[in-house]
Amino acid sequence: MAEAQHQQPRYDLGREINSILATDCGSTTTKAILIEKVEGEYRLIVRGEAPTTVEKPFEDVTAGARNAIREVEELSGKTFLSEEGVIVPRTDDNTGVDIFLSTSSAGGGLQMMVAGVVRTMTAESAQRAALGAGAIVMDVISIDDGRRPHEKIQRIRHLRPDMILLSGGIDGGTVTHVAQIAELISAAEPKPRLGIGFKLPVIFAGNREARGYMNEILAEKVDLRIVDNLRPTLEQEVLGPAREEIHNLFMEHVMAQAPGYNKLMQWTPIPIMPTPGAVGLGMQTTAQTYNTHVIGVDIGGATTDVFSVVGEELEFFNRTVSANLGMSYSVSNVLLETGIENIMRWVPFPMEEEDLRNRIRNKMIRPTTIPQSLEELIIEQAIAREALRLAFIHHKSLAVGLRGVQRQRSIGDVFEQTGSGDTLIDMMKLGILVGSGGVLSHAPRRVQSALMMLDAFEPEGITWLTVDSIFMMPQLGVLSTVHPQAASQVFDKDCLIRLGTGLAPAGTSREGEMICRFEFTMPDGRQIEEKLHFGEMKRVELGQGEICDADIDPARGFDMGRGRGRGFKTRIHGGVAGLILDGRGRRPLALPEDPGKRVAKLSEWIEALDAYPLERYREILERRA
Amino acid sequence: MAQPKMAHAYTPGLKVTEHDVIEKVRRLPLLGEVLVQKGDKVMPDTVVARTELPGEPHTVNVANVLGIEPEDIEHFMVKKVGDHIASGEAIARYRAFFGLVNRPAPSKVDGVLEMVSPVTGQVTIREANIPVEMNAYIEGVVDEILEREGVVVKCEGAFIQGIFGVGGENSGIVRVVVDDPNDVLEASLIKPEHKGCVLIGGSLVTGDAVNRAIEMGAVGVVAGGIIDQDLVTFLGYDIGVAITGHEDIPTSVIITEGFGKIRMADKTFNLFKDLEGEQVSLNGATQIRAGVMRPEIIASGHKPRHAGEKQAELSQGMVPGTPIRVIREPYFGILAEVVELPPELEVIETEAKVRILKAKLSDGRVVTIPRANVEIIEG
Repeated sequence: MAEAQHQQPRYDLGREINSILATDCGSTTTKAILIEKVEGEYRLIVRGEAPTTVEKPFEDVTAGARNAIREVEELSGKTFLSEEGVIVPRTDDNTGVDIFLSTSSAGGGLQMMVAGVVRTMTAESAQRAALGAGAIVMDVISIDDGRRPHEKIQRIRHLRPDMILLSGGIDGGTVTHVAQIAELISAAEPKPRLGIGFKLPVIFAGNREARGYMNEILAEKVDLRIVDNLRPTLEQEVLGPAREEIHNLFMEHVMAQAPGYNKLMQWTPIPIMPTPGAVGLGMQTTAQTYNTHVIGVDIGGATTDVFSVVGEELEFFNRTVSANLGMSYSVSNVLLETGIENIMRWVPFPMEEEDLRNRIRNKMIRPTTIPQSLEELIIEQAIAREALRLAFIHHKSLAVGLRGVQRQRSIGDVFEQTGSGDTLIDMMKLGILVGSGGVLSHAPRRVQSALMMLDAFEPEGITWLTVDSIFMMPQLGVLSTVHPQAASQVFDKDCLIRLGTGLAPAGTSREGEMICRFEFTMPDGRQIEEKLHFGEMKRVELGQGEICDADIDPARGFDMGRGRGRGFKTRIHGGVAGLILDGRGRRPLALPEDPGKRVAKLSEWIEALDAYPLERYREILERRA
Repeated sequence: MAQPKMAHAYTPGLKVTEHDVIEKVRRLPLLGEVLVQKGDKVMPDTVVARTELPGEPHTVNVANVLGIEPEDIEHFMVKKVGDHIASGEAIARYRAFFGLVNRPAPSKVDGVLEMVSPVTGQVTIREANIPVEMNAYIEGVVDEILEREGVVVKCEGAFIQGIFGVGGENSGIVRVVVDDPNDVLEASLIKPEHKGCVLIGGSLVTGDAVNRAIEMGAVGVVAGGIIDQDLVTFLGYDIGVAITGHEDIPTSVIITEGFGKIRMADKTFNLFKDLEGEQVSLNGATQIRAGVMRPEIIASGHKPRHAGEKQAELSQGMVPGTPIRVIREPYFGILAEVVELPPELEVIETEAKVRILKAKLSDGRVVTIPRANVEIIEG
């Protein structure tokens, strides 16, 4: 991995930047972090949190922000708040900060509807633009979405998004189809979620030739904004201008309507960014910093966001949000989407189906509770595996090459096609997997987080597994826009907890066959040799911050990243859970169908990785046998 | 400005009180007209505000129907923008060969011609506006006028929150149909005279009982719990996300404790007994996320019978002696009393280090429970 890049601040506040205060106003909690320059390096100093106060009885987001900052003041012994807000610039070592910034997902975040002509082309590009900007996409309307015009109109009328992104047609192409969609929007007269009496913002990012007509039919009824086409040609997807306009409108409309945000916006010249948009920036910074493919996941109570930064030049950034896959508010939907048997397969003890169903429902209606018994913890982590797995499947389906390009190039140029619509995600090339969200960040044993991610994402070859310790990624994402060096240093030193490295040979074989030989030279010079057999998991201790030399020799038919049967030497990072050798080979993972054999296999892995307190776990097995 | 406290280490419980001041914001979906004055007395069915939603738009692709180019559409229109059109009437007509070919493009609805597009050949006809009326929902007094948006209605009375519900706003007479909070509300207990009533059960309402309540015209059913599968069968679909209230069902169903068979808290049950025969407003709508909305039962004007009794104060938080309900396994549903609140974090069975409390369960056992897993029984 490359060393963290050192860059100059892009946001010149005209003085040396020594202290940075950042808040993230989440839907339930507002978090504040203080970053200071210590011995030439930016580090996280303290953090504070308080309940978000967007809802009644307070209806003022700054009240929660003040409380979170006050906790930071108490812990650091410094003063950051005045009557007017955060004191910027710093007046002395103990008063004020050099930069204050904030992100927000409070009040339901940014909710959008997108529309395009062809579902898998312009509509999909519009969806990527909206998701990348940090929105929840409530629906995707297109000419070919299978709904009749009146059904589309009904849907547009029924939804009350914060804004609509409309695309369609390449520049200079036909106007008719995108005009059809615009006419549906015009007929529906959609209303915004916030601000009764306000016009709904609609961004048009389609065929240039259609702009005049858009003005004609939409300008009266909605707040129409026109930006560059996001698919100017079939081969190009240019999402920047649309995303920028989404952020502008987020500030102007959504934030300005949300209780107290006008005040918060006056505290800082840096625009408030939707939290997921900021996390996306954080993921991109990570990929650049370590020069590798990154997949990140944030599993919350209501939604699960998945981010990927991939490609030869790390040029593809994608984000998806599975709006109804989460661990509390949406937990019943995980059950609904995956089915009870898919959750049951991860439960390593016998259990009645009805018992599991009632437990899931009760978690939904009392979302703030935590597992008290080991059984409950194991069940919760079983559900998390399925939520993560489904969210990742959703992500792979949207993180694809441009569709439609193939058709244009198909005449005589078949072998140079690039836009096949295939997923851009290659698990063998994945370098870092970043997890965040309570169930991953707060698992009692770190190896549990590692195992959940291995089971849900099924990485191949060598993958560094990490979790965002206190969900700092949003603040660091925004910070990366104004001070990349500070963001990068804090990210490296304080944000990520290295769980360890997963080593998973890809291939298939018979249970018990040797599939890879590893020789590790540990930092103290010890040599450890491990033979990994098919279906087996093993753990080798290698602490956080430690690196070992590894000689990896996969069996014929198995790939560790250099091709089947090809061995190589490399250096591998440790972590709190050490190295995890994953001999389960084939993808997707197949668990024995027979309940007894399945429980036995899961137990074998739990014992091998020391994933749970074993004595207590064996008691549960005995009791439920 | 009111200052919020720092994060509470407990879940504020569901409110169950025989006397509270209740305010309900009644807001139109679009700007409209407010029909009452500040200080007016209103009943649940009093219309307090009114507006009109634009009518349903319908599109007809006239160019396709007539087989013409979109840019030629104007030549074939027989109606112009703003004209009224009856269902079946021609919007446009294609005539050729001296009238031998005469193909109309008819409207499928009554409405007004709103738009003719020479780009797509599409025509939009909008049906008449849809009137929307907002009622007061509760009996009370108009406390505030929200100009062109709605009103705030205020009342004093009993207020009971449930944990989960389905079905929207209703009002009816309370009938407690079981003897004990442990009893199951079975179908056989529901009679024809329960039409228009809100029926109160004990630990469980069965699927058959819900169906019977609908059949008999009851407007609400309240019980401690319901079996997950019974709810799915009753609704005809599975609930994925906890946003409810829009179900197309005539009877609102509210559970006060959770899924499964769980004894209704004595305090809740006893208050329902006090409300026997009184008119209540109820709403099954539940939303569990930021801006939590729980189902509710409101008895406007209910006179408290137990004034002066000790009530747990929300602002006070938890102290030894506070009555609580455990809301997660392994003691799920059990009522208890706080014994001790150690300040330091403690390692629990999962190996997580959390804030805990010691509680005396109703069966006498003293156990350790994470503070996140209890709620105060509020009043």
